[in-house]
Amino acid sequence: MQNMLTFISNVLRGGASKNGAQTVSEGARLVGSTRSFADFSPQASFDIKKCELHRLDQGPPTQALLTREQGLKYYRTMQTMRRMELKADQLYKQKIIRGFCHLYDGQEACAVGIEAGINPSDHLITAYRAHGYTYTRGVSVKEILAELTGRRGGVAKGKGGSMHMYAKHFYGGNGIVGAQVPLGAGLALACQYKGNNEVCVTLYGDGAANQGQIFESFNMAALWKLPCIFICENNKYGMGTSVERASASTDYFKRGDFIPGLKVDGMDVLTVREATKFAADYCRSGKGPILMELETYRYHGHSMSDPGVSYRTREEIQEVRSKSDPISMLKDRMISNNMASLEEIKEIDVEIRKEIEEAAQFATSDPEPPLEELCNHIFYNEPPMEVRGTNPWSKLKSIS
Amino acid sequence: MSSLFSSLKMMTKGAMRCVLITNHLKFFETIGNFQLLQVTVRDALNQAMDEELERDERVFLLGEEVAQYDGAYKVSRGLWKKYGDKRIIDTPISEMGFAGIAVGAAMAGLRPICEFMTFNFSMQAIDQVINSAAKTCYMSAGLQAVPIVFRGPNGASAGVAAQHSQCFAAWYGHCPGLKVVSPWNSEDARGLLKSAIRDDNPVVVLENELMYGVAFEVSEQGLSKDFTIPIGKAKVERPGNHVTLVSHSRMVGHCLDAAAVLAKEGIECEVINLRTIRPLDVETIEASVVKTNHLITVEGGWPQFGVGAEICARIMEGPAFNYLDAPVIRVTGVDIPMPYAKILEDNSTPQIKDIIFSVKKTLNM
Repeated sequence: MQNMLTFISNVLRGGASKNGAQTVSEGARLVGSTRSFADFSPQASFDIKKCELHRLDQGPPTQALLTREQGLKYYRTMQTMRRMELKADQLYKQKIIRGFCHLYDGQEACAVGIEAGINPSDHLITAYRAHGYTYTRGVSVKEILAELTGRRGGVAKGKGGSMHMYAKHFYGGNGIVGAQVPLGAGLALACQYKGNNEVCVTLYGDGAANQGQIFESFNMAALWKLPCIFICENNKYGMGTSVERASASTDYFKRGDFIPGLKVDGMDVLTVREATKFAADYCRSGKGPILMELETYRYHGHSMSDPGVSYRTREEIQEVRSKSDPISMLKDRMISNNMASLEEIKEIDVEIRKEIEEAAQFATSDPEPPLEELCNHIFYNEPPMEVRGTNPWSKLKSIS
Repeated sequence: MSSLFSSLKMMTKGAMRCVLITNHLKFFETIGNFQLLQVTVRDALNQAMDEELERDERVFLLGEEVAQYDGAYKVSRGLWKKYGDKRIIDTPISEMGFAGIAVGAAMAGLRPICEFMTFNFSMQAIDQVINSAAKTCYMSAGLQAVPIVFRGPNGASAGVAAQHSQCFAAWYGHCPGLKVVSPWNSEDARGLLKSAIRDDNPVVVLENELMYGVAFEVSEQGLSKDFTIPIGKAKVERPGNHVTLVSHSRMVGHCLDAAAVLAKEGIECEVINLRTIRPLDVETIEASVVKTNHLITVEGGWPQFGVGAEICARIMEGPAFNYLDAPVIRVTGVDIPMPYAKILEDNSTPQIKDIIFSVKKTLNM
């Protein structure tokens, strides 16, 4: 039985194609008599939470269709992100990662749901809790961990660190709270200017939501009808300050005032996906910006130097973990609807663990950037120049 | 023949000065095969932007009043009419917001020109200039370029008092990842702004409001559509043997005026126009000091931690130190917030007599 199931899952992975139905028939042909692949439902429809609306007559659908292939993909991605962040926690405690490290575990459904609702050609920018988005936007776990450990194999060659990772159509990773929001509006302006039907997803947190420059961005985005999806990831705490202590109004989805908004359950990857699709369609139709509040939760403290229990109770954290964990929710949904088996999920977990271990191995053994790199990349497309070192005789070389 | 030509040039110059009624008239003079065009700094900047907008469709201008008002100081006059809403964008009064928007647009591959009505207001947005623009190429190890220009009037104006008169050359000149230019005359303005727009990196262009209306002769070469001045290269405006005067922006004119007065007493000043604040062209200054053995820096900004202070430090650290016959002198703005009353304001920034006084002091006269 065990072997048969393993065989089936191998067949499925090997034969994975874009079209779920095709895979079903291939699998059915190859499989024996006991538990056949045809036993797994290729897809199922789930009721998802209705979104509270602001200045919108209609919201996203209250039902989401999930195919087996999508479910496995979302599961794999979220679990990879989860394990990657936990590995970063471990490496930080071993002092192999230093400085700032803001972990995303608990919020996986946001990053994965958003990515599922947009295209790779769309644009995305976020703040410093960025490792998850760096992954969903295409950077490997290896390059992310190596950047965290400050090695030459990191995505920014070790020069950026946790908060400054970039990829195609992913603009970081930004350290100054709120500064990424005008940047995101500017990315949206570029989409409008070029007329390429792309949108920009601009993320910020409940803490950043009180930044003045965000309201300046709202104003200009609405005035010029920029294709910008503003998303507030409300994880209830801005560092050590709860939302009630920071904001006169905690209805973050309404804070865009003249910008339509929706409040979304950020722990459910399907709700996030449907809301994002809805928002992206809205922007692409030329109606202007839209605002989404994702209600989510972070298990870790604000950063690795914050234990995260001085301003909230362990009971609260435990309650969210047991009742609303995004990965568990998806797993339970798939298993109870016969879309995947426990063994299959366990295998995925094993593979992910292996991938993370190998990435961590690389991140700890890869050498640091060479000293010759110190002054490089100050400018783009620039002839080589000299940079003053720590003393007047130290003349360092800089190439771009 | 050449003396005839130069005397003709002088005559027509004189004639032209009589005819020049308003600040922004341009005159064509053709003498033989040579064209001498009088262009105001304002028009030079305007033409530079016009040409670059035409040349590259990714270039666009945004800022307060740049479009329908033709620019608070009329620098962008006519551009909105020619290029429309898409390329010339009026913004609300939201410096931090629109500077960030400009940087984001640059990250996505456009080439914005972000105008600050004056650089005093750039303080509202300085985080976007430094943290979002200047540092990004380095932080991303070259993955993310930011081809943006921040421009606007910098430094003292006339009667605008303390909050509207600060010079930001030292502030922006301090930061790696930025290029900072400070044009003096029309040729500088044209060439440096065009270079800035064509540069793939963040460039701060510090203009000067009092210079906008001043007309200068621009050569035919200087008028060509591809005329650029390299960023990082200073220019010797006037050769001399006795003392080196280094300056930027409006003060270059003051140095030349001081040099003219001193020449009557037999003191020949070499006047260097920095043109670029960062990267500073120390080599040109050093070569001059080796020749003159005396150095005076002249700037409109405050003395502490300023452009002159940096030049002093660099000269001391380099080979030119051994050629100095006297310590380097800094002529700067007075170390106070800018007052309003005319007599006070006039005495808050270097006057020609201050430069002359310092030259004589350093030459022990």
